Amino acid sequence: MTLEILTPEKKLYSGEVYGVQMPGISGSFEVLEKHAPLVSALKAGRVKVLKDKQNHFAFFDIQGGFVEVLHNKVTVLVEGATPVDAA
Amino acid sequence: MPGQLKEVRNRIQSVQSTQQITKAMKMVSAAKLRRAQDAILQMRPYAKKLQEMLSNIVSNSEGEVGMSLAQERPVDKVLLIVLTSDRGLAGAFNTNVIKATKATIAAKYAAQQAAGKVTIWNLGKKGYEHFAKLGYKADATYKDTFINLSFENVQKIAAAAMKAFQEKQFDVVEVVYSQFKNAATQRFEVERFLPIPKVEKKEGAKKADFIFDPSQEELLAELMPKILNTQLFKAVLDSHASEHGARMTAMDKASTNANEMLRNLKISYNRARQAAITTELTEIVSGAAALQG
Repeated sequence: MTLEILTPEKKLYSGEVYGVQMPGISGSFEVLEKHAPLVSALKAGRVKVLKDKQNHFAFFDIQGGFVEVLHNKVTVLVEGATPVDAA
Repeated sequence: MPGQLKEVRNRIQSVQSTQQITKAMKMVSAAKLRRAQDAILQMRPYAKKLQEMLSNIVSNSEGEVGMSLAQERPVDKVLLIVLTSDRGLAGAFNTNVIKATKATIAAKYAAQQAAGKVTIWNLGKKGYEHFAKLGYKADATYKDTFINLSFENVQKIAAAAMKAFQEKQFDVVEVVYSQFKNAATQRFEVERFLPIPKVEKKEGAKKADFIFDPSQEELLAELMPKILNTQLFKAVLDSHASEHGARMTAMDKASTNANEMLRNLKISYNRARQAAITTELTEIVSGAAALQG
């Protein structure tokens, strides 16, 4: 599936991923391949991008936003986000 | 004669140095314009997706969407957010925005203005100076937004406007700015900011059976402020790009004018020089003739 992380100032991430974990407003959740259509609000926290099945991750700290999943395309809209070096 | 020659030479020199400045300013503006345009392009996918999400939620939700930000009230207190620049020398850029603001006040809010109930938030120094001098209710809190232009700062302004609207300090909020068309043209836009215009529900726009978390109503309440933030940010970026576009055009014209002036000055310089030489020659020739005769 494809993932896009957008902020008003720039496109933070764009590409094929295996899955993505996000801090939903009612709890953290993960979106994988062929997820049902979803619109959800996100709270402040860390987004974890699973680039492939191996342990290749990318992290972003966000200050809340939204996510839309439709037709195997995940779009994350966040207002304040900073990439975090994978620890 | 030699006195006049020197005068013309001095003028040529001063016009040349002015031209150097206008040329440099044009170049700087062109570079800044490119950056400003880039920022607009970077923001576009975000704004587009946000709108899409909104229409997805609205077309999937049942019933009316009523929110405190969309509440229409009789207009008593008005807030205008006016976007100008910090610096001059940008042609008619600032003048036009100020004119558009005054026209809006005269056309729509004359009664409120007479009662002193029109407040202006100025983004950009030039607009503030103008409106403060004329005795408008000009607020300088956000004057310096353009010095350090970031989404975060703009978002604070939007948040403050929303809060003031919800607390009924203002009944209507409008943004006056110049929309960026291209480097040479800007359109002046008066945009309704609050209350939010009703979102039309499109029939058949339902793309998929979405899972909503939390409910549509809560999502909308979360989404609306973000949309307003983006709307204001877009206006600010547009205004910023317009400013540089206007300055670039103005400086380009100034450089061309300077060229024209230099050409004319050079002609009169050469003419004066030629006249001086002719006079000198006549003097020598007639002097020699007098000696012989």
